[in-house]
Amino acid sequence: MTANPVLEAKSISKYFYNASTTQVLDQVSIQINRGEFVSIMGKSGCGKSTLLYILSTMDTDYEGQLWLDGALVTGKDPAYLSQLRNEKIGFVFQFHYLLNEFTVLENVMIPALKLARHSRVEIAERAMEKLQIFDMQDHAHKKPNQLSGGQKQRVSIARALINDPLLIMGDEPTGNLDHKNSALVFDKFKELTQELGQTLLIVTHDQEFAKATDRTIEMEDGKVVGKVSSR
Amino acid sequence: MSWKLILEIAKALMLARIKQTLVAAVGVLFSISMFIALLGFMNGLNSLLDGMILNRTPHIRFYNEIKPNPNQPIQLSSEFGPDLNSIRSVKPSTSRLAIHNSRSIIQQLEQDPRVLGVSPKLAAQVFFNVGTLDLNSNINGIDGFKESQLFGFEEYVIEGRVEDLDQLNTIILGKGVADRMMAKLGDVIQVTTAQGNRIQLKVVGAFQSGLGDFDKTNSYASLATVQKMLGQPASYFTDIQVKLHDFNQAPLLAKELGTIFEVEADDIQTVNAQFETGSEVRNIISYAVGITLLVVAGFGIYNILNMMIYEKLDSIAILKAIGFSPKDVNRIFTSIAILIGLVGSSLGLVVGYLLGLLIDHIPFETDALPTITTYPIDYNPKFYLIGGVFGLLTTYLAGFFPARKASSVDPVEIIRGK
Repeated sequence: MTANPVLEAKSISKYFYNASTTQVLDQVSIQINRGEFVSIMGKSGCGKSTLLYILSTMDTDYEGQLWLDGALVTGKDPAYLSQLRNEKIGFVFQFHYLLNEFTVLENVMIPALKLARHSRVEIAERAMEKLQIFDMQDHAHKKPNQLSGGQKQRVSIARALINDPLLIMGDEPTGNLDHKNSALVFDKFKELTQELGQTLLIVTHDQEFAKATDRTIEMEDGKVVGKVSSR
Repeated sequence: MSWKLILEIAKALMLARIKQTLVAAVGVLFSISMFIALLGFMNGLNSLLDGMILNRTPHIRFYNEIKPNPNQPIQLSSEFGPDLNSIRSVKPSTSRLAIHNSRSIIQQLEQDPRVLGVSPKLAAQVFFNVGTLDLNSNINGIDGFKESQLFGFEEYVIEGRVEDLDQLNTIILGKGVADRMMAKLGDVIQVTTAQGNRIQLKVVGAFQSGLGDFDKTNSYASLATVQKMLGQPASYFTDIQVKLHDFNQAPLLAKELGTIFEVEADDIQTVNAQFETGSEVRNIISYAVGITLLVVAGFGIYNILNMMIYEKLDSIAILKAIGFSPKDVNRIFTSIAILIGLVGSSLGLVVGYLLGLLIDHIPFETDALPTITTYPIDYNPKFYLIGGVFGLLTTYLAGFFPARKASSVDPVEIIRGK
């Protein structure tokens, strides 16, 4: 394992300017190492999602520094950041966010087509492999709106994996699922870290979920209050 | 970044909203086809109407004006010299109507590279003797072949043949004249010239120019016939008509050549200024209407794209999250606009052409225009080019702002707002 942490945030602060100025993040510094399964936990409104979107490079309006894979990300132009997200970060959201205009397989393929590192045929093969991990290969040619919520979420994790990202980020990926599906998704996450050494950063307010991860970063009122290792 | 993927996404977005997309494309199609049909029809009519006058009018006409001599004898007298002299009751000089040195002028004109062709003319005042009546008329002595070649004379001859004029003592009557005299092809009519010469002419044809008054008072005979009638030599011409390669040069050349040849020279622009203005105004109107149609279609595309973007905010957010840059998103929506424009415009050009063909087959018969049987259409490729370019341009502009809006969508706001 290299010395570089996958992701490092140095004293990140963020303010919302809405009539009055509110500080949502206060000097947050965290570090994610390779192969770790980290969860960020906290109550609603503690700033954990805000932090995630800053870490994901989608939100650029903050103070402090963000390093991804040993390179400074803060202050880079949007085109560079898009390229970076495409290549190095996979996303899983609370509300699946698949493109209904495309089939399941195409949804998984799109980030790879965008990266254009492989030929179309290879990408289709790889997408099929990723779907197989989640047992979704039989649904490959369906449209997302023919799938159940749990199935959609599994597809979007497969999509997050397609470019072999450095890091997968999730914003309450199980928040919208029933117990059975959420357990299934969690098991898949666990498998990914243990078997493939995938680095994961998941925001959740689910205590049980958080406890089962390698490390939990707990947040309260825009500050990191403790780093609890659950194991 | 591959355009293939961008086009693929654009296609998927369009297919998801196929009805609106089709409506937008049909809007463009409609406006482009109307633009083409309208301009083709307008210009067809324009050139028809202009042709009635302008094609028959020489670009430059040389002639001798009857006017007082500007050099009166008094000025030559040393007694009065340069003083301001006032002469009363000056009369036009008796100089002849024919152009001096007409042969050499024609020769020189024919060698001028700017000149398309030269046709001399000889106008004579005559009376047609019908029973006890004398009808006042003009006989124009022309070179039938040149007149047909340069001024489309042949097209207006509705009976008989222009070539028959080459025989001496033949005449082609104006339709109005022929009707009044009840003269048919092959009849022999009697003509008295202003000088009192009497001559028998055989009717070999009738012409209808579309201008009723003109047809009532004018007839055509060969130059030789008219020269003989007047008892004048073969170089006796009253007019020299010139057609140029570029008729816009007419005013300049008229001035230049008129000075050189020392004759009066009228150019087509000065004589027929009102026709130019008329065509121009009609052109402006048809362009204005056509472009208005296009702009309306452009607003249609703008609306549909805006709606599509509003509906697809989620998709735009997810595309951005998985690594599409603002530029890529912009390209996706611009492609949609341009694809709609391309399909709409190209079909519009085809439909416009078909509309033109249709109008071209609608019967349009009028006594004034013997050669016209259907509505005239101008299939000038220029209109198709303008229509196509404008179609693409408006659709691009219509897509520009929605695409910019889509590219500036903040994915965080959308994803979090859920």
